[in-house]
Amino acid sequence: MSYPSVERFKDITDRNVLALQEAKQAGVKVVGQYCIYSPLEIALAAGAVPVSLCGTKNDSIPPAESILPRSLCPLIKSSFGFALEDSCPYLAASDIVIADTTCDGKKKMFELLAERKSMFMLQLPQIQNEPALAYWKGQYERLVRELELRFDVVIGVKELRSAIRKANRFRRALKSVLDLAKRKPSPLSGMELMEIAHRASFVPDWDKATELLEDIAREVDASGESPFTASAPRILLTGVPVGLGSHKVVKLLEDCGASVVCLDNCSCYKKVRLMIDENADPLDALASRYLDTPCSVMSPNPNRYVVLENLASEFRADAVVDLTWQGCQTYDVESWSVKRFVREKLHLPFLQIVTDYSPADTEQLKVRVEAFLEMLR
Amino acid sequence: MPVAGIDVGSVAAKAVILDELTNNVLAHALVPTGWNPRQAGEDALDRACAQAGVDRPALTRVTGTGYGRIALPFADKTVTEITCHALGAVHLFPGTGVVLDIGGQDSKAIAVDADGSVQDFVMNDKCAAGTGRFLQVLSGILGMDVQALDEAAGRGRPADISSMCAVFAETEIVGLLAQGVSPEDVAAGVFRSLARRMVSLSRRIACRGEYTFTGGLATLPAFVRCLSSELGTTVNVANDPQNTGALGAALIAARLC
Ligand code: SF4
Ligand code: SF4
Repeated sequence: MSYPSVERFKDITDRNVLALQEAKQAGVKVVGQYCIYSPLEIALAAGAVPVSLCGTKNDSIPPAESILPRSLCPLIKSSFGFALEDSCPYLAASDIVIADTTCDGKKKMFELLAERKSMFMLQLPQIQNEPALAYWKGQYERLVRELELRFDVVIGVKELRSAIRKANRFRRALKSVLDLAKRKPSPLSGMELMEIAHRASFVPDWDKATELLEDIAREVDASGESPFTASAPRILLTGVPVGLGSHKVVKLLEDCGASVVCLDNCSCYKKVRLMIDENADPLDALASRYLDTPCSVMSPNPNRYVVLENLASEFRADAVVDLTWQGCQTYDVESWSVKRFVREKLHLPFLQIVTDYSPADTEQLKVRVEAFLEMLR
Repeated sequence: MPVAGIDVGSVAAKAVILDELTNNVLAHALVPTGWNPRQAGEDALDRACAQAGVDRPALTRVTGTGYGRIALPFADKTVTEITCHALGAVHLFPGTGVVLDIGGQDSKAIAVDADGSVQDFVMNDKCAAGTGRFLQVLSGILGMDVQALDEAAGRGRPADISSMCAVFAETEIVGLLAQGVSPEDVAAGVFRSLARRMVSLSRRIACRGEYTFTGGLATLPAFVRCLSSELGTTVNVANDPQNTGALGAALIAARLC
């Protein structure tokens, strides 16, 4: 299926690096961010461009293993490998890198990264309650001061409000694209959903990106076509982040005949789940919305189940697949509770896949995926 | 009319010929897979056909399964070994709730319904210490074939094998032998460690009903005893447990009519 609006979006996002360099030359600052607990709006309010740095490529893993243990999660190794080799243009362009103390592997990796890059750490609490929220807001206040100093700007209520509106518009546009998959059969494949979300996280011009996404939503919605038949099993994919380069399970599921209708992870649907209150105190609104993110680093992580239940029904999922990167303890342990919840409360078939970025286990994974899809027929 | 199921595994290729109306097994055959899964599949099928007195063109349908299933161009359909083992096991033992299978490269636990459909499954294919490969390692060290290992293990008192990995376990086994632990006790220890892994794998799915143990290791009486005692219940074992996957494949071929 090829839509002119999707092609145009790909075309323009192919030039993301170039556009970023041009913006930099024009004096725009770039803020690299690793995780969705880092707010986009504070960087935007500073007049800077936030870009996503999350490592999704296998190529940067071998160099990382010269320092990091092999047993670490591939996302951490991939991210670090880019820094070691200086091979990620977005990282190279970043004037400052914001990172959060999420899982153990990541925060220790960031200590090493700080030797090479100018970093700012947000100390993320691991529970979602009132004292944690107050603390988290304090972290955002620290970040505001840091960016004000570094970039010699003022980040006041006015700037934050306008950034929140800009980011909300963008989120709404991306959501309207991702929500197209609620249709049965879905007009977009999971691979396309993943790729669109991935590419959208590097666009320097946010208003442009928003427009392009709105075009996609409009055009695809009007077309009524689908790459799938109505009987293709609809999969809700949950778990770890997935991007271009770490997409092998999405591809495998669809190569075997499934339709991945929703990617419930921080690289895709978790980004658009909630809009930020445009009228409340901006830092209060930001802190509470971001802290609410249902990542397995939270303990407990009650929102994960609420979200799964909603998404499974909104996207009319036939089954849930939980993807875990090898070495990710939090998602791996949590998978047991997710399985219990999905099978007993949602009454849906469940499959956990534990793997890394390398293609080495494709044949073995194929047996699991095919058997799982046979089970759904 | 005869139909066939072929299961090309990493160690052996199995073929089962079935009467599609009665589901009676007309013949079965097993040949080592070697390096050519396609040839092994052909050979197994030819042998089974010869035994049944059926010409290959007379087969109405052929279903392929096992890791070599993609190498079978003559199969009308391919289905994963998970689905096939489940169907085969329930056909042989209708009370089956859980199918346990230890293959040469992987092991699996499958929760099944009364009609043989899969409810849930877990697989281990990452760690050789939970698969048949572990016994091949042991048989290499002790210079015994698998049958001899089984006899030895049946006589031994299980030595403690603590390594979680077949490569380290190899070192550990050599160490135990050097300390004077008898090959019987070492073999019994390896059996117990393999059985425990299988049991903990199966605990990851909801277990109810009878356990049916399929695959080549089910031909080893001492191992079956060891697995039953670790599970705390006896397991069903068919006469030719290696053929369960091929039988399931043949049942699918018969159903397609
Ligand atoms: S999985 Fe969790 S910790 Fe990792 S990037 Fe996503 S939100 Fe952050
Ligand atoms: S996938 Fe898990 S281990 Fe990897 S960075 Fe995210 S939370 Fe950490």
